Amino acid sequence: MTSLLRMVGGSRTAVVVGLALLAAACAKNPMDGRAGAGGMGQLGSAPPGSQQEFVVSVGDRVFFTTDQTDLSPEARATLDKQAQWLGQYNRYTFTIEGHADERGTREYNIALGARRAQNVKDYLVSRGIDASRMRTISYGKERPVAVCDDISCWSQNRRAVTVLNNPGS
Amino acid sequence: MTELIRPTAPFVSAASSLGTRLSRRTLLAGAGALAGTGLAGVGPANAVLRLDVTQGTVQPLPIAITDFVGGGSAQDAEAGKGVTQIISADLRRSGLFAPIDPAAFVEKITNPDASPRFQDWRVINSQALVTGRMTRQPDGRVKAEFRLWDVFAGQQLIGQQYFTQPENWRRVAHIIADAIYERLTGEKGYFDTRIVFVDESGPKQKRVKRLAIMDQDGANVTYLTRGDDLVLTPRFSPTSQEITYMSYGRGDPRVYLLNIETGQREVVGNFPNMSFSPRFAPDGQKVILSLQQGGDANIFVMDLRSKATTRLTDTAAIDTAPCYSPDGSQITFQSDRGGTSQIYVMGADGSNPHRISFGNGTYSTPVWSPRGDVIAFTKQEGGKFGIGLMRTDGSGERILTEGFHNEGPTFAPNGRVIMFFRDVGGGSQLYTVDVTGYNEQRVPTPSYASDPAWSPLRS
Repeated sequence: MTSLLRMVGGSRTAVVVGLALLAAACAKNPMDGRAGAGGMGQLGSAPPGSQQEFVVSVGDRVFFTTDQTDLSPEARATLDKQAQWLGQYNRYTFTIEGHADERGTREYNIALGARRAQNVKDYLVSRGIDASRMRTISYGKERPVAVCDDISCWSQNRRAVTVLNNPGS
Repeated sequence: MTELIRPTAPFVSAASSLGTRLSRRTLLAGAGALAGTGLAGVGPANAVLRLDVTQGTVQPLPIAITDFVGGGSAQDAEAGKGVTQIISADLRRSGLFAPIDPAAFVEKITNPDASPRFQDWRVINSQALVTGRMTRQPDGRVKAEFRLWDVFAGQQLIGQQYFTQPENWRRVAHIIADAIYERLTGEKGYFDTRIVFVDESGPKQKRVKRLAIMDQDGANVTYLTRGDDLVLTPRFSPTSQEITYMSYGRGDPRVYLLNIETGQREVVGNFPNMSFSPRFAPDGQKVILSLQQGGDANIFVMDLRSKATTRLTDTAAIDTAPCYSPDGSQITFQSDRGGTSQIYVMGADGSNPHRISFGNGTYSTPVWSPRGDVIAFTKQEGGKFGIGLMRTDGSGERILTEGFHNEGPTFAPNGRVIMFFRDVGGGSQLYTVDVTGYNEQRVPTPSYASDPAWSPLRS
């Protein structure tokens, strides 16, 4: 629920106040449920090389349009930052989780999420990250981050998330 | 667990080495007491009462189902009432029968061996009458006897008896309901069946999913997994003794086999990346499934004995949700090879894949009817998810139900009823609908439920 509220707030900021695109993009990142608890209010204090920095400052996820798996320019920009960070902190291995929104059938969405994860993997490899550091998995529509029956939720759920496997290292 | 015999011959031995065996047995003893009435097994030649179920809408047949009398103790009479209620509920839910309120009954059946006073049943416009008796045997088993009467012809249509352990009483009721359904419609019944499904609990973001199995009417729910791992898409083997399903464990999500009787579990194949969307072949010897390969998914079949795996599709696309035709000669599946997800049919060896869905929108989860003539599917169009049917060449598309969000059809073994799941807000629940599109019913489950699969008729 918290992630949903933040997301709605974020888009209102973008539309009504008309902030720069960059600011809006930053506002999206703390929506992550995993990092949400400590993410807010600590934007400046994330230790370099920490999982918190990766999630909050770099951005651990990219989004897709309905039934599509292509990487948008915005997604590629996020992945460029991920590649730079992962290249710098090469002690991490990580899993790319592909997800779909609920507007698709079970089996198809599993395959769709897998293709999204694979596209992220291919992109990171093209940016010089060793493929042996990453694995992919698809959760289909099984693990939504935002729950409601409208477009604002669905767009948040169509995602690929880069999850560090050994954040304590 | 329970093993049962469904006899094809009129008389089947009840000999058993297992604990609780139930046999079906035509009632031969006692027939002499019913002079002048027709007997079971005589065949449809003298069928007077027959419900025509070939039309789209059916006027439900009025039927009087009397409480089975107790053959001995008060306990017997109580069990008889329970059996009657289940028979009545099964027949009513089918949409083909209208059980008459017992308050309207004129004759009180006290001796089910004697011919009923047909006039008493004609005056309440009952077309058919069911009578019976439950009797605890000295060996601890229960004997269930029942007769089906044609009220207007004034003759007996069926007389059968079953012996079973007391805990099987619900099954006896379903078996009797099947016998009535079969005799009066000419179609195979489907009440003595089970449903495997995914039980859902907890918040949507962190759903706990457990495999569960229950009778088709929602009774006798048993959980097959504990909820530690995410489980999806369970499907029955043709013998109903095993299910195949997808499970997320520590590593890659994989396809498993689970023996319901023994609890023994094994992984199907050792494939790199994900394997998912499994289903048994009609011979029970093979499992067909999707394997993830990079960003694509292709369809493979694995022989469960030799473990030999054969590729059936090879496309840079998502090919998934495969399902065999009942004769095993063809496979229907969904693929986005043409740009959007559509339904295809190919030979069992992967030959001649061809698209059969050409309507507006996208199509997925095709399942072949046990009758072989139609394929049921989920159709997405304009933000709605409908359940529909088309012939196996793609013609004659009909939508049975639509709205947001229906998914995942599965056929009753007689091909007349489809179960599916529907998001009702917050989660999904199970529903049935006739292939005619009429008689939609919710199936009771303890919690939210999804991914139902209907078992074959139990044996």
